[in-house]
Amino acid sequence: MTANSLDAVSVDAGERPWLIALRRLIRRPGALIGLAVVIFFIVLALAAPLVSPYDPLATDWRAVRKPPSALHFFGTDDLGRDVLARLIWGARASLMAGLVSVSIALAVAVPLGLVSGYLGGAVDGLIMRMVDAMLAIPFLILAIALAAFLGPNLTNAMIAIGVAQTPIFTRLTRGQVLSVRHEDYIEAARAVGNPHRRILLRHILPNVLAPIIVQATLAIAGAIIAEAALSFLGLGQQPPAPSWGSMLNTASHFLSQAPWMALWPGLAIFTLVLSFNLLGDGLRDALDPRRN
Amino acid sequence: MATFLLHRLALALPTLFFVSVLVFGLQQLLPGDAALALAGEERDPAVVAFLRHKYHLDEPLPVRYVLWLKGVLAGDLGESIRIKRPVRDLILEKLPVTAELAVLAILIALSIGLPMGILAAVKNDSAVDYAATMTALWGRSIPNFWLGILLILLFSVEWGLLPASGFVSPAESLSRNLATLIMPAFVLGNALAAVLMRHTRSAMLEVLSADYVRTARAKGLSEAQVVLHHALRNALVPVITLGALEFGELLSGAVLTEQVFTIPGFGKLIVDAVFNRDYAVVQGVVLCTALAFILLNLVADFAYALVNPRLRG
Repeated sequence: MTANSLDAVSVDAGERPWLIALRRLIRRPGALIGLAVVIFFIVLALAAPLVSPYDPLATDWRAVRKPPSALHFFGTDDLGRDVLARLIWGARASLMAGLVSVSIALAVAVPLGLVSGYLGGAVDGLIMRMVDAMLAIPFLILAIALAAFLGPNLTNAMIAIGVAQTPIFTRLTRGQVLSVRHEDYIEAARAVGNPHRRILLRHILPNVLAPIIVQATLAIAGAIIAEAALSFLGLGQQPPAPSWGSMLNTASHFLSQAPWMALWPGLAIFTLVLSFNLLGDGLRDALDPRRN
Repeated sequence: MATFLLHRLALALPTLFFVSVLVFGLQQLLPGDAALALAGEERDPAVVAFLRHKYHLDEPLPVRYVLWLKGVLAGDLGESIRIKRPVRDLILEKLPVTAELAVLAILIALSIGLPMGILAAVKNDSAVDYAATMTALWGRSIPNFWLGILLILLFSVEWGLLPASGFVSPAESLSRNLATLIMPAFVLGNALAAVLMRHTRSAMLEVLSADYVRTARAKGLSEAQVVLHHALRNALVPVITLGALEFGELLSGAVLTEQVFTIPGFGKLIVDAVFNRDYAVVQGVVLCTALAFILLNLVADFAYALVNPRLRG
């Protein structure tokens, strides 16, 4: 260990872990760019009524499939609707799908993983075999099947994606619990008579959160692609409500006449997903002391 | 090794049981009367009564599950309501198309991902490494249905080099078959190449710092010999095992790719079934993909046990 790294350790030792992680995160340009783009899209989605140049549902038969111009920066679609306006409003569906479906997955998976890892034995075996069964079905195929049986709309698509992501978080949480449950501080908490619930929530959960947060950030990227995929297939957001996936679906019918219709929604999905991936990778490096 | 393999097999059995429960349970998600939902929009009372009898919908749930499972174990996955053909026959008919697409995608992924992963590890922390890492990030982030659309725009609409959609059987014309599959295979292989590159890079980085690689270098072997003969051979073992886990991703990708390029494979079968409310086909496809995944992972475990001396016992 060099003198510099020893200095770094001694400085780190007195700080809160979250501050250390934040300091490491802001040293990573990729993660910062990712964070900035994610914030940009969130602001855009929230401010959609203020910044959208047109009503995203307003059709104009005189402006059908018009290429980008000063009037319509990103062109118009097959019904004369402004592509930029639909893109801005479509950010809401994508971000909501990302956040809601991952929240559903976390709400189900984290308690299951905590219980499974902490109790072990038959309960653990039962939960893990159920997780294995869900993992055996490819993520998107499971989401398609669930969305198909539940009915095609954005809410059901978010439920389907959330359920399909549950096994990954359950397995991750369980693994983390297994790695800390025999630590001295857990044994000490048990020895002084803390009830299981308190040990799980106050002592284990805070110490297993870091990898779950990293995985959640990366899972949001996966959920955004999955929502776009389901909407592209017609199983997510239903027309005429705007969504990047359904915009791409419509665009695929007019590739030779109006290529711009396919360009912008795809670019928006790619940029947002890339940003979440950059942020997730940065968080993983910042929260993992071995990577420094 | 026998204990290890028996343990893996023993774990696969309850997983298979839960898969069957999950697939059977999908039908219970249908809102309202399942017979009405299965009968489609016409809801002919005779059809509804027939379906109620056929699927034992008036029986208790556990009885229906046992009856359904008996049928599945006998190879009966039900019948397509729209096409009036056994689901098993439909799946067997579409499987070769998706299998060919998947094999081509794997070949493309191997030819991009492996060399990039090796180069990134050998030239660690160099411009080559960063370029490879950025390419992998691109592969992870780009939606494959958009990449497909972009390729169609470029190679079919703009340059007229390749057909935008459709499928020609290799028996009919191998060159036209490849022309229809090259773009979808690239789209599918692109994401897999990114994963493969990351696995290969990290496995190679670990192996390259091992003692036996240092010994090989000390013996005066050329860098190419050290990397290709000593390091790569050992690095590939975990890469192959992890590759088997990517099978699911490949099938998920195939659903969208086949939809974009109108390829009549396994993926298009499930999407068409969803829109035709052909729920038996949806269940059949989900069950088959899960079985294939479990089987492939068992094969990967067996292969891993064969090449890993610590498990030979």
